[in-house]
Amino acid sequence: MLNQFVTPDLLPAAPEIFLLIMACLIMFADLVIGQVQRWILPALTVVTLAGCAVITYITMDGQVVLTFSNMFVDDLLADFLKLMLYVSVIAVVIYGRSYLVARNLDKAEYYLLVLFATLGMMVMISAAHFLTLYLGLELMSLSLYALVAIDRDSSRATEAAMKYFVLGALASGLLLYGMSMVYGATGTLEIGGIAQAIFHGDANKTILVFGLVFIVAGIAFKLGAVPFHMWVPDVYDGAPTAITLFIASAPKLAGFAMAMRLLVYGLFELADQWQLMLMMLAVLSIAVGNLAAIAQTSLKRMLAYSGISHMGFMLLALMSGIVGSQVDPFGTLNAYSSALYYVVAYVLMSLGSFGMILLLSRAGHEAENIEDFKGLNKRSPWFAVVMMMLMFSMAGVPFFVGFFAKFSVLLAAVKAGYVGVAVFAVMFSLVGAYYYLRVVKLMYFDAPTDNAPIVAPLDMRVLLSLNGLAIALFGVFPDSIMMLCTTAMMRSL
Amino acid sequence: MEFTTFVFYMFAALAVFAAVRVVTASNPVHAVLFLVLAFFNVAGLWLLLQAEFLAIALIMVYVGAVMVLFLFVVMMLDINVERVRKGFFGNLWLGGPIALAMVGEMAVMLGGKYFGAEAMPGLATAPDYSNTKELGRLLFTDYAYPFELASVILLVGIVAAVMLTLRHRKDVKHLDTARQLAVKAKDRLRIVKMATEKDLPAGEGE
Repeated sequence: MLNQFVTPDLLPAAPEIFLLIMACLIMFADLVIGQVQRWILPALTVVTLAGCAVITYITMDGQVVLTFSNMFVDDLLADFLKLMLYVSVIAVVIYGRSYLVARNLDKAEYYLLVLFATLGMMVMISAAHFLTLYLGLELMSLSLYALVAIDRDSSRATEAAMKYFVLGALASGLLLYGMSMVYGATGTLEIGGIAQAIFHGDANKTILVFGLVFIVAGIAFKLGAVPFHMWVPDVYDGAPTAITLFIASAPKLAGFAMAMRLLVYGLFELADQWQLMLMMLAVLSIAVGNLAAIAQTSLKRMLAYSGISHMGFMLLALMSGIVGSQVDPFGTLNAYSSALYYVVAYVLMSLGSFGMILLLSRAGHEAENIEDFKGLNKRSPWFAVVMMMLMFSMAGVPFFVGFFAKFSVLLAAVKAGYVGVAVFAVMFSLVGAYYYLRVVKLMYFDAPTDNAPIVAPLDMRVLLSLNGLAIALFGVFPDSIMMLCTTAMMRSL
Repeated sequence: MEFTTFVFYMFAALAVFAAVRVVTASNPVHAVLFLVLAFFNVAGLWLLLQAEFLAIALIMVYVGAVMVLFLFVVMMLDINVERVRKGFFGNLWLGGPIALAMVGEMAVMLGGKYFGAEAMPGLATAPDYSNTKELGRLLFTDYAYPFELASVILLVGIVAAVMLTLRHRKDVKHLDTARQLAVKAKDRLRIVKMATEKDLPAGEGE
């Protein structure tokens, strides 16, 4: 029995192992360094993530490799998502630093929990087994719950953390219940094994669909899709902005990976069932997200509702993968690549928008209301341009990355025959354009209410400028990222 | 009716009863004790499923350690039951029917048709089969990766707990023994050089 066991190949999991070792080292480093050299911790965090990126890039070979008894998968999709993850977490650490320092929150635990959450997301991205997917999800979620409460003297943050924790635990329960049903029907927890069992018709369809409902509910909660979105605005609003920046960016990549692994890799044969559920979620998210965002005066809440509608668009692409019962490989590939492209574009825009809030905030001032952006053009013309590009991109104005993301999703939906849904999505994007353009109007045509100079460290200004430029540049050359997305999908499906 | 069937229904009914009482008990200490009862009954169910190790682990870890600790915490806290329960049944008109519908659907699914003994026969095992040994073997071979992940989750729990509860107070007069022992005479005693005082001229002191 024991001698049949083969020691797993550790190389595919090298980035995860490196990250864990470095996180433990940072924990010890915090004991050694004093209160003076605080810059060491963020520097070490960024070095860790950059090291992970190097390892992921070097070991990337485009093959689908399974290890740890088929529990861990390393394919091109995972590598691509992980590289995007490192970039966004590095941006989170750099954007958030001055905000946290000003509020005395830049404790070592912040960097540790950010790294552990990143590890959880990497585990989710590379999961080939329900158990590892769930453990990755919990690792990520637990770190995020604690991060929301990092400012423990703020009753708003504590309330947001409690809400997030209770609802998150409920969603985990739903997901686990669904997983246990699928296990009951197929007798295995391996995602590949489940797909095979369903394909060979060994599994009871009724139990599978019953489990599927709970799994889709769990995914919808983690992505923040309507009607499982109640936590999103409250948590985004209550958490310190640097933490909101983190919650609103990187976990969406992991959520996308979770949806792909569970629905597309595991339950592909049930596509006609989950496509309907996703359609409902997508339509509701796009409608509720865009309508509720109009009424907001807080920019953080507005971006939360806009995030809900963006997740609706992403689900729209995911549900367009399969047409009827016949599988058209090109259409499927196109739809899933659009979903991936949309998530990557959304993460870039979300990082930039919350980065702008952080740029304008300083000790004792949060800059989280839309009013705070009044007359930004007079205070800093360049950052007004960056914010304008971000808002245009989110609204889907042509020749920014957000436009092409929406365009490719709509194209996939129309090709799959969901013309009505696509028209509906376009209508609500137009509604959405109103509240994005309102921010631009306030920046350019209103007099500033707050004339304080913008104080932000150089690294943040440079990265935020690059972030804005990337949105413009990828908008002019949309094919560059689309090619990457398509290749990653093609080599992994 | 077979004896095991009787035992199953007894454990199941007690577990459901205890779980309902956890939510409805007006005294939090009673609620915790009902949770202990629920755990015991679930452990009994697991024993019927021949998962002896898990059943004993549930009792030792949850009942023996977690719930006892929990009981202490609940006894320490002064929970105002009346205030907590205010509005408890306010949303019952909405929640009740939905919960009943869910229970009905689950009963259809989980009833004998799909998960009965005929549909899911138990595994035939050798008489000397030890599921403790099997669990241990799996945990350290095939399931080593999730096992490690679980340990990382525990580490996150520790880090988060320290972050949320540890407060460095400046006004606490606690003693650092190491610093006390390392003290040198010159840290405590300051020798000040002063010019010797001159005698007062005669006649002025009187």
